[in-house]
Amino acid sequence: MTTRRIVVGAHYGLRDWLAQRVSAVVLLAYTLLLLGAVLFTRDLDYGSWAGMFSTVWMKVATLLAVLALIWHAWVGVRDIYMDYIKPTGVRLVLQVATVVALIGYAIWAVIILWRV
Amino acid sequence: MADIAAQKARPQYRNIGVNQIVSYRLPPAGIVSILHRISGAVLFLLGIPFALYLLQESLTSELSFQSYRAIVGSIPGKLVLLVLIWAFVHHAVAGIRYLLLDRHVGIQKDASRSSALAVLGITVALTAVLALKLFGAF
Repeated sequence: MTTRRIVVGAHYGLRDWLAQRVSAVVLLAYTLLLLGAVLFTRDLDYGSWAGMFSTVWMKVATLLAVLALIWHAWVGVRDIYMDYIKPTGVRLVLQVATVVALIGYAIWAVIILWRV
Repeated sequence: MADIAAQKARPQYRNIGVNQIVSYRLPPAGIVSILHRISGAVLFLLGIPFALYLLQESLTSELSFQSYRAIVGSIPGKLVLLVLIWAFVHHAVAGIRYLLLDRHVGIQKDASRSSALAVLGITVALTAVLALKLFGAF
């Protein structure tokens, strides 16, 4: 028996390529959902707006969109760094700062939805 | 071998320099591509924090809802929103084109050129309509 070993590449390319497209579709769907919900709400005031976000389905949909957004933003921003930021140290610092910011945004989103 | 050396040097285009960016004429698909990247960066740097802040103000309480109203009602707030609206619309419309290209829809040269021009046209039109709505034209 021989083991096929692949000795080149980091092997996150296809996964990230697919993640970028799946998350894009989730974000497009959420955009249409939110747009539809707003358009079909008469008298959009605090009560109807907060009421919409107090439902379980809207919280689930919003959190799914936030997760898709975080992942999508990570892949996209990392690609920009890989193209333009050559010094490894600088790139690492930017990547870590980006990951920290994105996870922070996700936590913030949970807190916002938690309170509604 | 002497023939090759005698050949007229052909122009070479390697990585273009920063000072050449303005004079470098991109095809429509190239314009869509670089704007997709720029709009993505804008959405990350400005869009996510601003959208979350607005979501927080609009949802937390009646009182914070008033502050949300004040922010989106102010001229600076509207200008930031306008930039973000353009970035989001361009990123989404160009993104749909990329998803179609991935499905091998419109990958021929002519079709891809037309779809790139369509992306630019649809983005300008949608952004203009939303800008009119934002600034209270209707």
